[in-house]
Amino acid sequence: MSASRSLRFAAALLCGAALFAAGSVCAQEATSAPTPMGTSPSANPAGADAIPGDGVYKAFHEQAGIDRIIDDFVGRITTDPRISERFKGANLVRLRFELKAQVCYLTGGPCTYTGKDMKTAHAGMDLKNLDFNALAEDLQLAMDKERVSFPAQNRLLAKLAPMQRAVVTK
Amino acid sequence: MRRPFSFSTETQLGGAMRPIKTAVSISAMAAGLAMASAAWADDAAPTVPYVDSGRLLLTQGVSNIEGAAGGGLATWAVISGYGTKDAVGGNVHATYVNLPSYTLQDYGAAVGLFDRVELSYAREEFDTGSTGAKLGIGKNFTFDQDVLGAKVKVLGDAVYNQDSLIPQIAVGMQYKHNEQDAIVHAVGAKEADGVDYYIAATKVFLNESLVVDTTLRFTKANQTGLLGFGSARDDNYHPEFEGSVGYLVTRQIVVGAEVRTKPNNLGFAKEDDWYDVFAAYAINKHLSATIAYADLGSIATFNNQRGVYVSLQAGF
Repeated sequence: MSASRSLRFAAALLCGAALFAAGSVCAQEATSAPTPMGTSPSANPAGADAIPGDGVYKAFHEQAGIDRIIDDFVGRITTDPRISERFKGANLVRLRFELKAQVCYLTGGPCTYTGKDMKTAHAGMDLKNLDFNALAEDLQLAMDKERVSFPAQNRLLAKLAPMQRAVVTK
Repeated sequence: MRRPFSFSTETQLGGAMRPIKTAVSISAMAAGLAMASAAWADDAAPTVPYVDSGRLLLTQGVSNIEGAAGGGLATWAVISGYGTKDAVGGNVHATYVNLPSYTLQDYGAAVGLFDRVELSYAREEFDTGSTGAKLGIGKNFTFDQDVLGAKVKVLGDAVYNQDSLIPQIAVGMQYKHNEQDAIVHAVGAKEADGVDYYIAATKVFLNESLVVDTTLRFTKANQTGLLGFGSARDDNYHPEFEGSVGYLVTRQIVVGAEVRTKPNNLGFAKEDDWYDVFAAYAINKHLSATIAYADLGSIATFNNQRGVYVSLQAGF
């Protein structure tokens, strides 16, 4: 294969991938409802803007499904040997309430998240990537148990993943 | 132990038996290592420093034919193993490709250091089988190649930065040493040793459940080095493309396709670009299996080299 053909091939695929992703980002921005704290994700205490439409919210079986997921999830994270220490002494009633509101909001449900922003909520905890990922894995198990489809799970994880930058400080 | 997967009885065994026995042998080795590493890592994860197996399933890709973390044919920007930036990880792998005129056995190991640096080794044994006699180099003549690789992640994160288009980018090099010096010179290669350089960009698009890699490799290699490096008529580095697209079906399964372009330096035989479709199944963070159907085109004048690729990987 000639050098120029190879380079064109590489450029085309990279652009294709970028456009594909950009397309969904653009579509999202165009249809996204204004958030209570403004449109910048960093200014939104929920850590990201909501997923547009109600498809993902429905895939989570709406508020009842999200309640079941979070109840199961909090049970998992408080017994997961990798991260359970982090929740010693935490107000679990409040944690469940905030997480239910946050996931409801992020999945496009009719909720408002009124808790702390992600940086403030995790300040001083010295969290590592291991902690963040263990939490993500526990959430995946909880979503599996609720039989949320894998693509819908990933839509929520796409909103949560960038919060690593605010949450992981160590 | 120069060729652990070759059998002294191979001349007695039929052509059909030998690949099966080899595959079984590779599987047994990988499975044994998997159980050993699984037992160790599971027990050790919470207490042993620098072992956390903390990255998400499948985010290390699989071991490619040159021993680096990637797809089967392409090299990706991700770092081998499941260690986070606070830990080390690693893998051993065994791969077997059954082509109409040849077989490729490949095994190796890689370590990932702090989700930043990857060091890898692979041993490739390209067995010409009965084709060797037709090529005049002898039945079961085998081209053996060692590949030593180093990769450094330079920026980005393939998984976390879902609000950005910036992929994880890594640069790397692979030193390749072909042991069949006399034969690779006889077929027209200029050198039996070579160094490839590459830059890889990998990103998971969670919204679409996709993983995409694009890699640019600068190489002189003929058939990735199995037939040496360069030739009298062309001893220049060529920029070549490697790309993979995978769809994440579940947390454990990814299916996709790959392409890898290659130079065409040798006069005696043309060389084709490589393609495959694959499915990888991560049983857990310690054991995964990949099966692919690969089209490796024309190799040393024998056309349409298409066949099944199976690979097992064990690690933490």
